[in-house]
Amino acid sequence: MVREFTMPDVGEGLTEAEILTWYVQPGDPVTDGQTVCEVETAKATVELPIPYTGVVRELLAAERTTVEVGSVIITIAEETQEAQEEAAQPGGTGQEEAPPQRQPVLVGYGVSDAPARRRPRTPAASAPGTPGGTRPLAKPPVRKLAKDLGVDLRVVIPSGPHGTITRDDVRAALPPGPAGHDPAPPSPPVPAAPSAAPADRLPDPGTAARETRLPVTGVRRATARAMVASAFTAPHATEFVTVDVTRTMKLLKRLKEDEEMAGLRVGPLLLVAKALLVAIARNPHINAAWDEAAQQIVLKQYVNLGIAAATPRGLLVPNIKDAHAKTLPELARALDQLVRTAREGTTAPAALRGGTVTITNIGVFGVDTGTPILNPGEAAILAVGAIKERPWVHRGAVRPRQVTTLALSFDHRLVDGELGSKVLADTAAILEDPNRLITWS
Amino acid sequence: MTTGTVQFLNHEGELTSHPDHEAEISPDGLRKLYHDMAWSRRMDAEAVTLQRQGELGLWPSLLGQEAAQIGAGHALGAADYVFPSYRDHGIALCRGVDPLDLLRMFRGVTNGGWDPAEKNFHLYTLVIGSQVLHATGYAMGLAKDGSPGAVLTCFGDGATSQGDVSEAFNFAAVYHAPIVFFCQNNQWAISEANERQTRVPLHQRADGFGFPGVRVDGNDVLACLAVTKWALERARSGEGPTLIEAFTYRMGAHTTSDDPLRYRDGEEVAYWNLRDPLARLRTLLEARGWADGAYFDTVAAQCEERAVDLRARLRATPDPDPGDIFAHVHADGHALVDEERARFAAYQATFADAAGRGE
Repeated sequence: MVREFTMPDVGEGLTEAEILTWYVQPGDPVTDGQTVCEVETAKATVELPIPYTGVVRELLAAERTTVEVGSVIITIAEETQEAQEEAAQPGGTGQEEAPPQRQPVLVGYGVSDAPARRRPRTPAASAPGTPGGTRPLAKPPVRKLAKDLGVDLRVVIPSGPHGTITRDDVRAALPPGPAGHDPAPPSPPVPAAPSAAPADRLPDPGTAARETRLPVTGVRRATARAMVASAFTAPHATEFVTVDVTRTMKLLKRLKEDEEMAGLRVGPLLLVAKALLVAIARNPHINAAWDEAAQQIVLKQYVNLGIAAATPRGLLVPNIKDAHAKTLPELARALDQLVRTAREGTTAPAALRGGTVTITNIGVFGVDTGTPILNPGEAAILAVGAIKERPWVHRGAVRPRQVTTLALSFDHRLVDGELGSKVLADTAAILEDPNRLITWS
Repeated sequence: MTTGTVQFLNHEGELTSHPDHEAEISPDGLRKLYHDMAWSRRMDAEAVTLQRQGELGLWPSLLGQEAAQIGAGHALGAADYVFPSYRDHGIALCRGVDPLDLLRMFRGVTNGGWDPAEKNFHLYTLVIGSQVLHATGYAMGLAKDGSPGAVLTCFGDGATSQGDVSEAFNFAAVYHAPIVFFCQNNQWAISEANERQTRVPLHQRADGFGFPGVRVDGNDVLACLAVTKWALERARSGEGPTLIEAFTYRMGAHTTSDDPLRYRDGEEVAYWNLRDPLARLRTLLEARGWADGAYFDTVAAQCEERAVDLRARLRATPDPDPGDIFAHVHADGHALVDEERARFAAYQATFADAAGRGE
């Protein structure tokens, strides 16, 4: 008797889970309650125990793949005397105990039933006393549209979720010809155009062999979602300034020899961070967030300074809590620790939450500048380019000076060009003459 | 543990004393407590497994809180009535509730699961803290009826942030209601730490309302039993409410939908692991020669057997009749409900696999 174990809804209303690790392989014996795999959902990473005793026949989902709740992930050959024969002749099974063919998933939760498993309806469904039984599924505005266009919803082919009829379905059901009746013009009534798009995505058999397709999981997926959410909700504006940081580099040299800074990582990023913190103190409204739900701007009286870091897990933006209140040695220590834990891949979840402004140090890759995308929920992000020796007009003469380019992207919903410019100009001014760290703070 | 915390059995399994309270120590009594704690833990583990297999929609694990619940459960008298929260499986077992009935509720096949009047154990309340008000009203009613019983109501540290709980405290104090507020402070309100819930230790809240508040070592079953017994006796003899803060720790996830690794660190869990409520009682029983390895093996084997039986019974649980949803709308029926029931039945009959006409 072969038993199928389907991906259960281990949270409330989850629709999918990612298989992280299989603890068993085909041929392994398992017992009821034994853990067979670890899965990750949007809510938690959990281990799944198998509800059968027998031998693993097949694993139906590979590690690192995302599986829909309700789909079979593993099959078990249950150990009975005639297990083999039963498998050979499926007709004669289940004499001792009729297998309860119940889906091991709960009533009332978001199991995504594949269409094939949808409860079939009897053809003669229209008993006269049950008008509700055959009513097509459509939302009130769609019903209104159908009524206005004179379309009978019972003949419309639904394409929406759970078999609901959408506006497009109604329009598609219109007889061809006088399409001018449509009172809602924005989408063209002829659904011919979309057919080109899917064809584009089909891999050309010739090139497919030379392409590798990677599953999008974990941090990659989170990054993608965050970037899309940020780029398409916060209108970005980016400004640039190129600045002579020679004096800052000289200050760094002296700081490296300072007793207070002994044993600490003292690099340009530290002073850029300090400069940005002072610029924020002078222009506090940059340290804010847009609360879409409340339609409010949230001004923050604390700075949790995020540092974008390339880590073994991917791009992470851990932040230094209350960076505004830190002395330079404290900031250096926090920065050092942040970078170290990020590189080791041991950044704690708490360190990733609650950032208010971010620095991305793309200069370490040797590039001059870029247009950074905001960390979601923040109003500004500063990109620091490579510091290079360049010809520069200094005191009336062209001299070799150490120069870098700073770029500041800001959320234009709450930050205007004036405020963004002040923050960027102040940061640059401090790096140009770090005496301002004293005079401005 | 702060000073003033009532404790009789420390985490190394040694008996201690307290000036205001006294523990009842008997080999039989301790073995019974151990047995019930062990069974509540095994039953709970089975429920977690069943949830992972898709048999339950949700399960809130009691792991780590066995002493608090079994201690309080053993303190109850037959006439006392309990208003539980949703994690109080140990107390449910003490009240004679079939664990299958607990599981059936989390399977979604019943809205309740047991007869509260028969078990003197109210249905679980998933709305945080609201049962504390219900319990207070019920206790006030008991007093007016001249009933010999008292009320015990359970809630967590997170619930103390609800207005309902403060209102209940005040009503109970003003009306001298025969009630024991049993707060299991398991340190975490889902992912919110205790120190972000309150400025003062929770048991001190009672002072402001005008009734005693006591903190007990919630992982010491003897302390939980003794202090709950004392508080229930106070309530029954007309001395009014008591707040007990059982200081314990939720070793598992908030529910099966939660992943505690995302918000708390392993050191904290390791600290509490050393304070395990079962391990310390086992140490005591062994040290005094009141139980040996064979005893513990027997308990484990019994629990295993009952867990396997529970699993089998749960898997055999039938789904409820879809028409049941209309059964309890009106006590004596109603024409409109009858009409709706008929319409729903006709709708159900349109499915090809409807009862009696499957292919």
